[in-house]
Amino acid sequence: MNRVLMKGNEALAEAAIRAGCKCFFAYPITPQTEIAAYLAKNMKTRDITFLQAESEIGAINMVLGASSTGVRTMTSSSSPGISLKTEGISYIAGSDLPCVIVNVQRAGPGLGGIQPSQSDYLQATKAIGHGDFQVLVYAPSSVQETVDMTFRAFEEADRYRMPAMILTDGFLGQMMEPVTFPEISPEKFEKPWACTGHRNERSCNLVNSLYLKPDELEQSLIKRAEKYETIKKECTDAEIYKCDDAELVIVAYGATSRVAKSAVNQAREKGIKVGLFRPKTLWPFPEKELNEACKSAKKVLDVEMSMGQMKDDIRLALNCRIPVEFFGRTGGNIPSPAEVLNMITKISEGSL
Amino acid sequence: MKHNYKKITIISGEYGSGKTNLALNMITDIRKSGKTAAIIDLDIVNPYFRTADYTEELSAAGIDVIQPDFACSNLDIPVLNFDVERIINTHDHTVIDVGGSDAGAFALGRYKKVFEKLAGEYDLLYVFNMYRSVEASPRQTAELLCEIEKACSLKCTGLVNNSNLGSETTPGIIDASSDFAEKISELSGLPIVFRCVSENMTPETGDFPVCRKVKTIWE
Repeated sequence: MNRVLMKGNEALAEAAIRAGCKCFFAYPITPQTEIAAYLAKNMKTRDITFLQAESEIGAINMVLGASSTGVRTMTSSSSPGISLKTEGISYIAGSDLPCVIVNVQRAGPGLGGIQPSQSDYLQATKAIGHGDFQVLVYAPSSVQETVDMTFRAFEEADRYRMPAMILTDGFLGQMMEPVTFPEISPEKFEKPWACTGHRNERSCNLVNSLYLKPDELEQSLIKRAEKYETIKKECTDAEIYKCDDAELVIVAYGATSRVAKSAVNQAREKGIKVGLFRPKTLWPFPEKELNEACKSAKKVLDVEMSMGQMKDDIRLALNCRIPVEFFGRTGGNIPSPAEVLNMITKISEGSL
Repeated sequence: MKHNYKKITIISGEYGSGKTNLALNMITDIRKSGKTAAIIDLDIVNPYFRTADYTEELSAAGIDVIQPDFACSNLDIPVLNFDVERIINTHDHTVIDVGGSDAGAFALGRYKKVFEKLAGEYDLLYVFNMYRSVEASPRQTAELLCEIEKACSLKCTGLVNNSNLGSETTPGIIDASSDFAEKISELSGLPIVFRCVSENMTPETGDFPVCRKVKTIWE
């Protein structure tokens, strides 16, 4: 396919169709609207069903149902809508079901605002529902990466039988960039657990997150925790940019990393030894890669569109070896390259 | 001036076809020639990447910017509370940036009677970009045009070929769109009023040089 100009949200929707997503359930919310709009337009001619649910809670439970039958399924929303889905996400994780959840983040808490934000980091990586569980969290920083990570999210969700989240934001969802859709052939995953009708040929499959015996529930949690340890070893991903000799390393993900990269380039022109570390997976957090990027770092600067939700993950990954400063804009505002450059200059001059 | 503007220029098209960028370039061009100029942001559909984001820059250039009360805020309320007729009558030229697709064009329909009185004094341009995947074929693009005309109850008067690949646009990318443009013109029976080219390229006769004003904060 040729190079085309697409909004992040449209590109994500197109990628989902190409990844073999058969069922999409959602309830409208700004700024993720184009995902549902694109799929509504395309379901007439492509092999995907979009059902607009009566609510976010309805949508996520439809995902649970569809996934139980073994098909690839997805839901998308924006921050307040994701909060409503968290109960269902917990049930999906507890039932060991794969699915893709998209959060086009907007400013919170509460109704907050409709402009971009990264203030759902802790929710996505630490507690997207009750109980002991994790979801895979991918953080794209361009329209192309939104496409690539959507493919990857479907694959990894099936591979590990767990929910995967694309954690993007209003800016990435709404902005346009040229994009190419790679030729992909989705991997075929056997799903012997799926409820597809036993036809009296096998025993009945049951998808459930209820355990009557504490010991059995405990065993399922231990097994899942072991899986998470494997994922932490196999699935981390990050971009390391100009960090070789960097005395200051900026850590930023998503749209903010684009702003930070621009500031790093400007600072490099002034001779400041600064680099950028960009986590592409937020859970698992790329700890090993961060330590590699920070080999010559004396300070780290965390830049986010939040009040500093990723800071603790950075400090833990570095075992508090290197001091971590923070700069953020929030409430729907985006940090500018000039603001980040100003922070870099202050830190390099030793005034911070 | 880069173009022979009518009193009113209305800009419609699909989401992301480059309406706002063109509107900003046109109004800046008009104002530079010393005429009084107003730009109306009629987008009640999308709260991102819109004319109202450029109010400060435009106002500084002496351009009157008219926008819905809640543009650029966190309110999603589609309210149009200004008198389009009065704005048009008090300026030499007015450019109207309509929201994307048929959904955005509905808002324009509210002023149908105003524009019927002004027949001949306005251009209703349909902007297209063949590199937008939603406009994969000339036929689809022509269909979108019909949907927009139905939604606003007005007929388009001409087409603008704004085919580009954002920051990756080259003369070759633009030239490759000429067949596509001709087919839409044929299907719709409308003339290509002009073709947009990047400011740093050498324009051919009838080209409209545009500068990329709508872009990301890090560019």
